[in-house]
Amino acid sequence: MFDTLIHQFWSLTFSGIALGFIYVLIAMGYTMVYGVLRMINFANSEIFMVGAFATVMVSKYVFELSNDAIPPSNVKLFLVILCCIVASMLASALLAFLVELVAYRHLRNRTTNRIAPLISAIGIGIVISEIVRIFTGARTQFAPNIVPKKTLATFQGAEIRLDSTLTIVAGLILFILLDRFIKYSRLGRGIRAVSMDEDSAKLMGVNLNRVISLTFTLGGLMTGAAGFFYVNVYENVKFNMGFSLGLAAFTAAVIGGIGNIRGAFFGGISLGLVEIYASAVIGTQWKPVTVFIILILILLFKPNGIFGEAIQRTRV
Amino acid sequence: MINLRDKGAQFWERSNRPVRVLTVFAIVAVVAALPYAGNTFLQTPVAAFDAVLVYPMGMFILMALGLNVVVGKSGMLDLGYVAFFAVGAYTMAILGTRTGLNTWEIMPIGIAAAMFAGVLLAIPTLRLRGDYLAIVTLGFGEIVRVSALNSEAIGGALGIAGVPFPPGLGFEYQLLDQKYFYWTIVVMILLVIWVIRRLTVRRPGRAWESIRQDEDAAELMGVSTYKYKIWAFVFGAAIGGGAGVFYASRSMVIAPDNFTLNTSILILACVVFGGMGNIWGVIVGAAILGYLPDRFRFLSDARLLLFGLVLVVFMNLRPEGILPRKKREKAIVKKGSGA
Repeated sequence: MFDTLIHQFWSLTFSGIALGFIYVLIAMGYTMVYGVLRMINFANSEIFMVGAFATVMVSKYVFELSNDAIPPSNVKLFLVILCCIVASMLASALLAFLVELVAYRHLRNRTTNRIAPLISAIGIGIVISEIVRIFTGARTQFAPNIVPKKTLATFQGAEIRLDSTLTIVAGLILFILLDRFIKYSRLGRGIRAVSMDEDSAKLMGVNLNRVISLTFTLGGLMTGAAGFFYVNVYENVKFNMGFSLGLAAFTAAVIGGIGNIRGAFFGGISLGLVEIYASAVIGTQWKPVTVFIILILILLFKPNGIFGEAIQRTRV
Repeated sequence: MINLRDKGAQFWERSNRPVRVLTVFAIVAVVAALPYAGNTFLQTPVAAFDAVLVYPMGMFILMALGLNVVVGKSGMLDLGYVAFFAVGAYTMAILGTRTGLNTWEIMPIGIAAAMFAGVLLAIPTLRLRGDYLAIVTLGFGEIVRVSALNSEAIGGALGIAGVPFPPGLGFEYQLLDQKYFYWTIVVMILLVIWVIRRLTVRRPGRAWESIRQDEDAAELMGVSTYKYKIWAFVFGAAIGGGAGVFYASRSMVIAPDNFTLNTSILILACVVFGGMGNIWGVIVGAAILGYLPDRFRFLSDARLLLFGLVLVVFMNLRPEGILPRKKREKAIVKKGSGA
C-alpha cells in the first residue's frame, strides 16, 4: 500500500508542489475577495476555466500549435509562454471584473442579505460555463503541448521536469509580487484597510467600489495564471473543469485561514502534497474524501484555519 | 414592487375562520387538480407534465422546505443538503431491493438514517460559523457522493436499479400516469408545512429566529443555541431523507450522479429565489425553478444558460426573494457575523 509512496516519494513531492502552486494561485481569487467582502466568490472556478481556455485558444489559433506537433524551442517557446500567460491572466481578470460588476456591486448596496450575492454569483458561474460549453462542446479537449516535458535534472531518482519547474518558479514569482503589492502599494493599502474595517476605510477616503473591483481583478489575474499552468501540466480543458479545482483551491484557502493570503499559500502547497500522497496510497478515486476529511479535522481543532483569520498584517 | 407577502398576511389576519378554511380548501383543490392541466399552456414539451409535477417540482418544494429550516429560519448556510436526500434514497434502494419491506415501512428508517447523518455532521461542525460551515457541509455532500461512487457493494457508479414502487393504498402507483405520486407528495408537503408552522410559533421556532438574528445575544438570553442549531439541522435532514426515500421509490433507479453538488445549490437557489425564511415564498421559488428548465426544454442547449441568467437578474431585482419574510422578522445582519 505504501510502496508507491516510498519508491516514488520525490517524484510525487515535485508533482505535489506543482499542483500546490496551481491551487495557491486559484486560492488567491477566493481569499482576496473573501478578505474584503466576507463573501465566497463562487464564480472563481469559472474564471479559472476561462483562463485555461484562453491559453488553449492562443496556442492553437495564434501560434498554430497542435496536440502532436513538436513543442517550440528557445525564443519562440519564450514568446508562446509569455503570450499565453498574459492572455490567460487578462481574460480572467476582465471576467472577474465583470463578475463583480454584475453579480456583486448592485446587490452590495441594496441588501444586507449575504446569501443573495452568493446565488447571483452561482448564476453567473452557470452562465459562463454554459456559454463555454455551447461554443466548445461538452467533451474534454486536448490542449496543444506548449512547454516540452523535458527532464532538467534528476534528484534521488525523481525527474525534475521543465513544465513543473516553470509552474513552481513562475507561481512563486507571481505570489511574491502580489504579496509585495498588497503590502507596499497605495492600492494594496486600500485593500488591507477595507478588509480590516469597511466603514472606517470609507471614512478615511478609500474609494470602496474601486478597491473591491481591484481585488476581484487581482484575484482574476492570479486565477488566470493558474489556468495557464494547469493546461501546461495536464494538457486538457473542459467546460466544467473549474468545479473540482475550484473546490480544492477554496479548501486550500480555508485550511490556511481564509482572507489570509500567506495562509492560502501554505494551504495550497500542503493540500497539493497531501492530495498526491493520498492518491498514491489509497487510490485517486478517494481523493476528494481525503481532502475534505482533512479540512473537517483542521477546522475542528483550529476553527479559523491554521494561520487564523485575525492576523491583520498579513491579511489581505 | 408590491409586497405580495404582506398583502397575503393582511388578508389572512383580517379574515375569520370560515373564510380561512375556505381559502385553504380552494388552494388545495387547485393544487390537487394540477395534473389535469397538462394539455394547457403549462404543458412541458418533452417530459410528461404529471411527471414534472412530481420531480423536479414536488420534490424540490419538499427539499426546499427542509433546507429553509436550516438556512432561512436559523441562518446556517448548508451547501451539502443533497447528502441527506442521498442517504434517504440509498436507504430505500438498499432495503427495498434486499428485504421485503415496502416504501412506507422504509420511510421511517430512511428518515432516521438521514437524521443520524445530520447529527453526525452537526456535532463537530455547528460550532463553526458562516462560510466555514458552508464549505464543511459542501464537503460532507461530496464525501457521501464519492463514497457511494466508490463502494461496489451499493452499485458503485451504476447505482441501484429495480427499486420497488410504493404499494398502493386502494390504488396502484403507475409509471405512465403519475397522478398518485403527485397527490402523495402534495400530502407530504402539507404535512411538512403543518409541522413547520407549529414549530415556528413555539419555542424551537423562536430559538431559531433569535439564533439567526444574533447568535451571541441569543446565547446570553439563555437560548441553548448549540442544541437548537443541531435540532434545526436534524429536522432539515429528516425532511431531506423522507424526500429521498420517496424519490428512490418513484425513480426505480438511483445512481451517485443524482446527488451532486448542483442539486444542493439548486435547492438553495429555490430557497433564496423564493424568499428565505418564508415557507410560501420557498414553495413558489421551488415550483418556478423546478418547472422552468422543463418548460423551456425546446431551447435545449441554451436552457441552463437561461436558468443562470434568471438567477442573476432576479437576485438583482429582488434580493430578498419573490415573497420575502415579514418586515418585523427582518434582522440587520452585520457584515461578517455569520451567514
